[in-house]
Amino acid sequence: MTGDHQTLALLLFSVFVAVTLAITTWVSRNRHGSAEEFYAGGRLFSPMENGFAIAGDYMSAASFLGISGLIALFGYDGMLYSVGFLVAWLVVLFLVAELVRNCGRFTLADVVAARMNERPVRIAAGTSSVTVSVLYLVAQMVGAGSLVALLLGGTDEAAQTWTVIGVGALMVIYVSLGGMRATTWIQIVKAVMLLGGTIALTVLVLVRFHGDFDQLLLSAAERSGHGEKFLAPGLKYGGDWTARFDFISLGLALVLGTAGLPHILSRFYTVPTARAARRSVVWSIGLIGGFYLMTIVLGFGAAAIVGPEAVRGSNAAGNTAVPLLALDLGGGADSTGGTVLFAIVAAVAFATILAVVAGITLASSASVAHDLYASLRRRDAKPRSEVAVARVAAVGIGVVAIALGLLARDLNVAFLVGLAFAVAASANLPVLLYSLFWRGFTTRGAVWAVYGGLIPAMVLVLLSPVVSGSPESLFPGVDFQYFPLQNPGLVSIPLGFVAGWLGTVTSAEVADEAKHAETEVRSLTGAGAA
Amino acid sequence: MQSSNGRPRGGRGGPESAAENHDGFDPALLETPAAVRYDDPWYDALASGWGESTGAGAGAAVPLSAVEAGSTERVNAAADVYLQVQRSAAFQEVRSRYRRFVVPAFIGFFCWYVGYVVAATTAPGLMARPVAGAVNVAMVAGLGQFLTTFLLTWAYARHARLRRDRAALELRWDTQELTRGIRGGAS
Repeated sequence: MTGDHQTLALLLFSVFVAVTLAITTWVSRNRHGSAEEFYAGGRLFSPMENGFAIAGDYMSAASFLGISGLIALFGYDGMLYSVGFLVAWLVVLFLVAELVRNCGRFTLADVVAARMNERPVRIAAGTSSVTVSVLYLVAQMVGAGSLVALLLGGTDEAAQTWTVIGVGALMVIYVSLGGMRATTWIQIVKAVMLLGGTIALTVLVLVRFHGDFDQLLLSAAERSGHGEKFLAPGLKYGGDWTARFDFISLGLALVLGTAGLPHILSRFYTVPTARAARRSVVWSIGLIGGFYLMTIVLGFGAAAIVGPEAVRGSNAAGNTAVPLLALDLGGGADSTGGTVLFAIVAAVAFATILAVVAGITLASSASVAHDLYASLRRRDAKPRSEVAVARVAAVGIGVVAIALGLLARDLNVAFLVGLAFAVAASANLPVLLYSLFWRGFTTRGAVWAVYGGLIPAMVLVLLSPVVSGSPESLFPGVDFQYFPLQNPGLVSIPLGFVAGWLGTVTSAEVADEAKHAETEVRSLTGAGAA
Repeated sequence: MQSSNGRPRGGRGGPESAAENHDGFDPALLETPAAVRYDDPWYDALASGWGESTGAGAGAAVPLSAVEAGSTERVNAAADVYLQVQRSAAFQEVRSRYRRFVVPAFIGFFCWYVGYVVAATTAPGLMARPVAGAVNVAMVAGLGQFLTTFLLTWAYARHARLRRDRAALELRWDTQELTRGIRGGAS
């Protein structure tokens, strides 16, 4: 990439950083410092604002660059991701959004702990929430580092290191100073930028093909060199049965994991009522669905216009397909239009990563302060303001994420995201659904459901080919690979549900009928909701 | 039933519970004649909604005078409110309306999605069959997933708006009245 691209992209990105810092300052100018304010932005956002913010939280750079790139390289198999990421929202809409809004205050653990012996349940749910958040965070940090290297040509390690540190520092500033209100506005600004950029590119692709989608598909198939196979499943996941089961496992993790992601759950607390939570999910389904439909056009467009060889030549994983497409659509590498479009795409991708990272950091600092610190601190210790603890936790999580992001630099970003979804689906979803819908669910069942999903998921990853036993592993030199799949979801999600059931039927404790009645009445009517 | 008609409802996406109103305080209630219900909330809760409550629910009612006896009993009474509401016909109606929509819809889309993923990984031949031009079965199925997601979202939102929201809101006020009645009576 030439110097022009870099300068303009850096300029646009600096503008975004300046605007978001201004928002943070403006929002925090007369903050009250209450927990309500810090975790939930005062619960005063409108459904439309929250819908945009949810979409901003969810559409990561992995989808913007990663999915389009996978479609450009493997055709139809990349599209399977788009479908899974969207369909997952039906689980959220039907079973989670309204009920969680009504029952909880700030975190996932609030919903579960209301019915149970509070301390062990909070510690379990808090631990799994933080684990999921950190995994997701590391994925985004690794993505930020490699994105800079790719887009700005700075392939040296120093540029990558400083990007990770810079992103981490910015997110800590946003979160610890601005809390939920600043984070939400950053998500909204980012969602508008991302959708605007995507719409512009999609229109340009369709104009190039005179609005003929059929022609676009045919050109993509022809240019790919695979012919009709490019438009049917099987190029990436059609190999042996291990690859196929791996994909089914990933598909299951995607569709069930979204409802267990802490940073998505915490967004429902920023609106006043369950009805507003439902309407914000409807908004976000519209926005996210439109976005993923456009990534399909962009992916096939990149295959047809740029060509898979050029994409693969720039980045083997396909992450640069959209920037290359923008360069071409603007009029080529030496034209002003190409330079501007490329810079916009690069700036949008940075903004995306920054906003997603801020959202996750806020959710995990809430889990640390509201669940873990509140349950684990010594009883005789002086109680500190929970918000102060949350601010410190945001700094701590930022440091951990920077360190892990630098260590995990060479891991595949899509794999890390898939892993975070698998852990969320195994550890968080069973306990959430059981406590909302099962009358006889007990404390032991809740604790077992969390650890029964969390521990198998993590152990299976350690034993998988990702960590050892193959040339692409984290430790290629050793071999303790006993589990063939990269994504543990197919095994660990059912284990989480079974463990919760087993814990409940073996416990001597009888479920408190009144507490269940309270949860059920509150979840469906909103009585006594915070 | 007439006591609940005076209340404004619908379109209240506003900051109705923005404050930390854990005790269920709602200013709208004070502006309306509904405040009359304060006198005998037990009776009113059972009479509102879809009419008759179950016999068990009525039998478990705790007289307010007994509630004032001690703090333990006060807690028990607060818990009883929820049991009471849970057993009421109005709540059971809301719950069954919710479940009658969500359970079949969830099973339907989940099977459709899993079927799609399994078909894409195990039967690429079927998925590659052409439909029209460059569009094949796989493309139709993929875009169909998008379409069904949008349709189900619309159907769910419509169902909840028309069939559940109003009843749930009434139950919410009634329940909060009851819990407040107990706390207020004891203080």
